[in-house]
Amino acid sequence: MLLLQVIVGGLLLGAIYALFSSGLTLIWGMMNFINFAHGEFVMLGMYVALLAVVWLGGGPAVFGFAAAVALFILGVVVYAGLIRHVMRGPMIAQILSTFGLALLLRYTAFFIFSANFVSLPQTSLSGTVNVGGILMPLAQLVSGVLAVALTIGLHFMLTRTAIGSKLLAVSEDRNAAMLMGIRPNRMQALAWGLSAGAGGIAGALMAISYPWSPSVGETFGLTAFVVVALGGFGSVPGALYAGLIVGLIQAVSAYWLGPIYKDIVVYALFVALLWLRPQGLMGKA
Amino acid sequence: MTKPPVVHSKIIVLAACLLLYPLVFSDAFYRDIGVTFLLAAISASAWNIVGGYAGQVSVGHSMFYGIGAYAPLLFYQHFGWPPIAGIPIGIASSIALAVLIGAPTFRLTGHYFSMATIAVAELIRIFTGTWEFAGAAIGLQGPAVARGWWDLTFRGELPYYYIFLGVLAILLYVTYAIEQRRFGYYLRAIKAGERAARSLGAPVRETKIKALVLSATFTSVAGSLYSIKTGFIDPESGFGILVSVQMVIIAALGGAGTLFGPLVGALILIPLQTATNTWFGGSGSGLTYILYGGIIVLIARFEPGGLFELWDRIAPARWKRSHAA
Repeated sequence: MLLLQVIVGGLLLGAIYALFSSGLTLIWGMMNFINFAHGEFVMLGMYVALLAVVWLGGGPAVFGFAAAVALFILGVVVYAGLIRHVMRGPMIAQILSTFGLALLLRYTAFFIFSANFVSLPQTSLSGTVNVGGILMPLAQLVSGVLAVALTIGLHFMLTRTAIGSKLLAVSEDRNAAMLMGIRPNRMQALAWGLSAGAGGIAGALMAISYPWSPSVGETFGLTAFVVVALGGFGSVPGALYAGLIVGLIQAVSAYWLGPIYKDIVVYALFVALLWLRPQGLMGKA
Repeated sequence: MTKPPVVHSKIIVLAACLLLYPLVFSDAFYRDIGVTFLLAAISASAWNIVGGYAGQVSVGHSMFYGIGAYAPLLFYQHFGWPPIAGIPIGIASSIALAVLIGAPTFRLTGHYFSMATIAVAELIRIFTGTWEFAGAAIGLQGPAVARGWWDLTFRGELPYYYIFLGVLAILLYVTYAIEQRRFGYYLRAIKAGERAARSLGAPVRETKIKALVLSATFTSVAGSLYSIKTGFIDPESGFGILVSVQMVIIAALGGAGTLFGPLVGALILIPLQTATNTWFGGSGSGLTYILYGGIIVLIARFEPGGLFELWDRIAPARWKRSHAA
């Protein structure tokens, strides 16, 4: 029964991995651009949630929304101020730009919030629920389910709406899209906003159940890479499956081998995957 | 090929400055900055071979640095070997790792290669943190007292300064020799366009792996020198991602893929870093990395070619003529 509980817990955390990784995969697939600062977006989402609780009060709906909006704006600003200019530049400029951004955001967070771990004050989502004999904290259950719903929502938005078609059009052929009256810059700014927003809201959902410090961004960033590599670059459904798988593997290896080994197992899996199938498990060859 | 004498005179001036620096600034504080500068210049120049000339932006070079740094103290701790004996062991292990990871990761290009290198370095870092034999998270210590020149353990900074300077000179000469040879042209061809290079008959994979092996060798030496001098190593200061990032930023700041770029980068960044650490005291390291991040973003946004290229563009014509003469 304990193992079953570990598995469910891993899947619920994996759902949140899926949500922030879908943000990374969106940019990656659309612009062939890797954002090394994506984990920092998640970390900032957690702090925005904390500030929103302290300043505005209210429940998860309020701080989740606040994190999504704040990070959406940050994503658009990052695109307009930095990414747009380095996108066509040399490879080293592309890699350095988001790497520098990651350092800047991470250590600014250290400077403002200190290196101490913090957690959200108790919210209305406390207590545990008993689902068929498995005891789950209500907060983890709600945020896991919500993360799955949001990831699926993002997928539908990309595949079933006019905005989604425009985004895909720009990713397939920028010039052709421009001739059809779509503004590529505006669409790519939107993609960065959505990507960072997904990271921010995922951070807020995770902040409900887990304490954090400014250094978590690095771990989340690498986790997102693993998820995207596993799920295929640019695939939101792939990120959903892969996020759940990574959450599951982490939980089970922490249970069997000990908590220190959970990241080793995941990174080893990632390196093996990059070697054997660089296009991802579900990606096209 | 005859080299223009003006270039030679510049190099002689540079060499004289570096040789005389610790004699002019004999204060321990300034000598320490000098040693830190040389170490940073060595590791960034080593990175430059594969990251700059071949354009394969590795952000995981700390894997070689860390191996080089651990080897001397590991064998000292367990078998009582003099730390200097660890240098060749570190080099051999780094070369083995370079060959092992080079073959598969070089199939990846651009961002994918960068990511794969990060993942391997992080894997090694976390693993070392759990490995009791290597001191786990606490790390390893070297000899407590200086033993002598045969051991490369000295009390003062001065011997280290000149040893590091010698290594830097060798490395720069090797890089210069590469620049002049066919191998150097292959590297630049790969950077400009891998497919084009291959279609013109350049042995792309072989060249990349050779470059990585060479780069790993010197990075490993830099790591060994660091741990022998400091007498201490832990997973973060050996394999940490910031170790790799420092190499990339120093090379990129001065100009990646140029002979003296890493030197210029280190000349700017190391004093700046020391200054922020001194001014802001304990909280300084955080500010240092904010500064790092800011500098990287600004270079990427405005001067992706590094300060060398900026100099080329804004330097008055008179200077350029003498430079090109």
